[in-house]
Amino acid sequence: MSASSRAAVTPTVEDAIALGLTAAEYELVCAKQGGRAPNQVELAMYSLLWSEHCAYKHSKRLLRTLPTEGEHVVMGPGENAGAVDVGGGLVCAFKVESHNHPSAVEPFQGAATGVGGILRDIFALGARPIAVLDSLRFGELSSARSRYLLDGAVSGIGHYGNSVGVPTVGGEVYFEAPYEHNCLVNAMALGLASREQLVRSAAVGVGNLVVLFGASTGRDGIGGASVLASAELGAAGGAQADRRPSVQVGDPFEEKKLLECSLALLARGLVVSLQDLGAAGLTSAASEMASKGGVGIDLDIARVPLREPGMEAFEVMVSESQERMLCVVAPGDLEDVLALCARWEVNGAAIGEVTAAGRLRVLDGDRVLADMPVSGLVDECPLYDLRPVRPRRALYAPPPATIDRDAGARETLLALLASPNIASRRELFERYDAIVQSRTVRRPEQADAAVLALPDGGALAASIDGNGRRVAADPYTGTVAAVLECVSNLACVGAEPLGTTNNLNFGNPEKGHVAWQLSESVRGLGDACRALGAPIVGGNVSLYNEGPEGPIYPTPVIGMVGRLPDARRAGQTGFPAAGCAIALVGPFAPSLAASELSKLRGDELPDGLGAIDLAAVGAAQVALREAVRAGAVASAHDIAEGGLAVALAECCAAGGVGAEVALGEDVAPGASLLQTLFGEGAGGFVVSGEEPRLGELAGAVDVRLIGAAGGEQLRIERRGELIAVALSELVAAREALGRVIA
Amino acid sequence: MKFGVIQFPGSCDEVDALAAAARVGEAALLWHGDRDLRGADAIIVPGGFSYGDYLRAGAIARFAPVMESVIAFARDGGLVLGICNGFQVLCEAGLLPGALLGNANRRFTSRQVALRVERADTPFTRTCAPGARLSIPAKHACGRYYADELTLDALQARGQVVLRYAPGHNFNGSLRDIAGVCNEAGNVLGLMPHPEHAVDELVGGSADGLALFQSIARTPQAPAAGGVGAGAG
Repeated sequence: MSASSRAAVTPTVEDAIALGLTAAEYELVCAKQGGRAPNQVELAMYSLLWSEHCAYKHSKRLLRTLPTEGEHVVMGPGENAGAVDVGGGLVCAFKVESHNHPSAVEPFQGAATGVGGILRDIFALGARPIAVLDSLRFGELSSARSRYLLDGAVSGIGHYGNSVGVPTVGGEVYFEAPYEHNCLVNAMALGLASREQLVRSAAVGVGNLVVLFGASTGRDGIGGASVLASAELGAAGGAQADRRPSVQVGDPFEEKKLLECSLALLARGLVVSLQDLGAAGLTSAASEMASKGGVGIDLDIARVPLREPGMEAFEVMVSESQERMLCVVAPGDLEDVLALCARWEVNGAAIGEVTAAGRLRVLDGDRVLADMPVSGLVDECPLYDLRPVRPRRALYAPPPATIDRDAGARETLLALLASPNIASRRELFERYDAIVQSRTVRRPEQADAAVLALPDGGALAASIDGNGRRVAADPYTGTVAAVLECVSNLACVGAEPLGTTNNLNFGNPEKGHVAWQLSESVRGLGDACRALGAPIVGGNVSLYNEGPEGPIYPTPVIGMVGRLPDARRAGQTGFPAAGCAIALVGPFAPSLAASELSKLRGDELPDGLGAIDLAAVGAAQVALREAVRAGAVASAHDIAEGGLAVALAECCAAGGVGAEVALGEDVAPGASLLQTLFGEGAGGFVVSGEEPRLGELAGAVDVRLIGAAGGEQLRIERRGELIAVALSELVAAREALGRVIA
Repeated sequence: MKFGVIQFPGSCDEVDALAAAARVGEAALLWHGDRDLRGADAIIVPGGFSYGDYLRAGAIARFAPVMESVIAFARDGGLVLGICNGFQVLCEAGLLPGALLGNANRRFTSRQVALRVERADTPFTRTCAPGARLSIPAKHACGRYYADELTLDALQARGQVVLRYAPGHNFNGSLRDIAGVCNEAGNVLGLMPHPEHAVDELVGGSADGLALFQSIARTPQAPAAGGVGAGAG
């Protein structure tokens, strides 16, 4: 017997506040309910759907300023994921999502279910998931807690992705003190579908049935959306331990069956619309399907397969049990739908019906437990304008210095290569299956972007980027730089951007300085995506990432998908062979401001970064992309964290060959040696190939021949000063993560 | 040559195995709940997590309806190749000696490894040169081959060690660097690395794994009688 038969006392405004609503919002809920106080089930549902996590109430107005249209866009923001046309009748669905707060509480399950959730977003569209990328942020690795979170999150991502049979092909990770108490775990997934196979989530067809399939519904994740994800986490320790029961537990085997079952249902044409259950569970899935379809839905909780007896009605409605989907089917197809569920050994139950009323009703048999207007629940949550205030004082304490200010170039290079933000990620990505499904043309660290073969001989490229320190120094320019980094990574493999997804990870937006970071960042995101022709097709917002010690670095994580025409010409990072000429390509303007070296030196963040010439960097990216596609270059790598010298070292390490480089007066004229070698800035690339072919690039972009690959050392000479590091020493320095976390 | 590739609900590499087999012959998926092997001449038990493998890898899969038929097929001399999870399943099913334990590094590890072909006279390696080096990806959490010393000596003596990790490539800690073993009759082979992921330079890093599929395709279709020559190699 469900507990709905037990009379529940009508909740009060105090209960509403405890669930995360404001008093004013509670008044508005009463108005939506025709002037009566919502009952317990209704209040639980409103509190979740009107949470920041579900309603985007502090970010929606900003997000509306972003460019969302482009020639390749098939599905823009608003669906479970965005989708772009990749040619040959295929579309790529993709999206990034965060699971930050759950991962801070329990990193393995938090990260694992983050992957599970983003995969469901992809197959909810009818696309087969083909790749995962991850974007992670932790405190410094000197902290035992950060090492624990890193180990747990990476293991959880691997456990889930590997078990479901979706390759994890790329990602990024940074370690910075402001993430110590609020780690970030963002996961991006890509899926492929034929264009006509795409399905939407809008419930249509009055009288059609609503079928819940997948795992049974339990008490896990109750209140996750409102209580966990939309309030600041307290100081480490007690408060977080107390929230452990709210974190969901993932079952990748169930997900694998659910995935195959969903795609089989769609292939048989048995499903009218499809939606995954994520935050706020049935509440969110049903009301969003109804809202998009302009219909109502009746749900009968007595028919929901439960994991345990005695669950309260509101618990059934808000449960965040993983691995569940909701679909709308024609009544005549129900038998076939349930038979297919049985074949894949997942629960399937018709739990409701599409109605014309525009109301979401929760029933227990014949008894009505909740009755709410769909529009009120989904579309009429109050939206708030941000009140940005540019901070007058630095928000972040400078990091402790780990290198002497007068350290020489050679010592600095080795320190940078061993810095956790730059060192090889092999220790992490080896825990991921990067090759299942037989599409992976470029595995991690083989190229600047992941490359996945398409059936027509072309390939998809994907990259995920976002350096929070630069955004903290300058939210506008730092975000522009993050978008540029993504496009540069795609250019290095020969890919043109088709669309962008983003995850905005910020602190508490009700605070003026965070509001300023967020609004400046979104302005930069929009400007850069417009200028580079990389429209935003979806994304996610994660706010309140802060604790008593302040906010995280503002961290817009940018995920991008591109296409290259010939998979066999996908670029690579490593110098291919001794004798190749090496060129520095693009508008290279190195600066130590907010660089990795400035961090190692313990510098305070600058107040603002130098402006970026978007047009010039964009032109260099286009020229490089075309050269890679034409087979004119043998390798290409963009100059990012650690600057030119680190980029050269990475090309050597990836290619297993040394290099002899001489930097002339035309390379960063006027800059100091360390600034030239280790300064950062968008637009520079290290490229190798046959000298005459590199020369062909010169018509379109700055090309400076700086040396040749060969030997067992990286030797860099500038104005009579020489740095020489043995290849083996470079490689050993780059293995730093293995030494720290093994 | 008709390949049948078993599909458990948690299989992950079955489509890859299907595609690899289809390069050298006909290939079809066989559903775990069906006992009918649909006239297959050779069976591939693919990688993945058969039934989630929350218990011991392969421990439940050995009881699958389709495995009853695979076991009978193998006992009749039919060719059976177990890859990764398939290797674990075949060990659990008693078709192959030994067991696969958790990796020595205690982690799921994905890495391109080099293998040495120890026996080039099996139905699975007949197109390889003896001692040939194959570059093939491995990716697993439980790939540490284990058997007691007596069994290992016997495997060695009977020439059942078909593939070994090249020096420096045994990341999982397999005893005696064993990467692949066959049964005494020589018609069942299990290996942890994934030859189906090394059939195309573009996505495999090498095409060395194709040799195993070509070898099977070139094996006479009547089940081979007898073993792999005791004491040889």
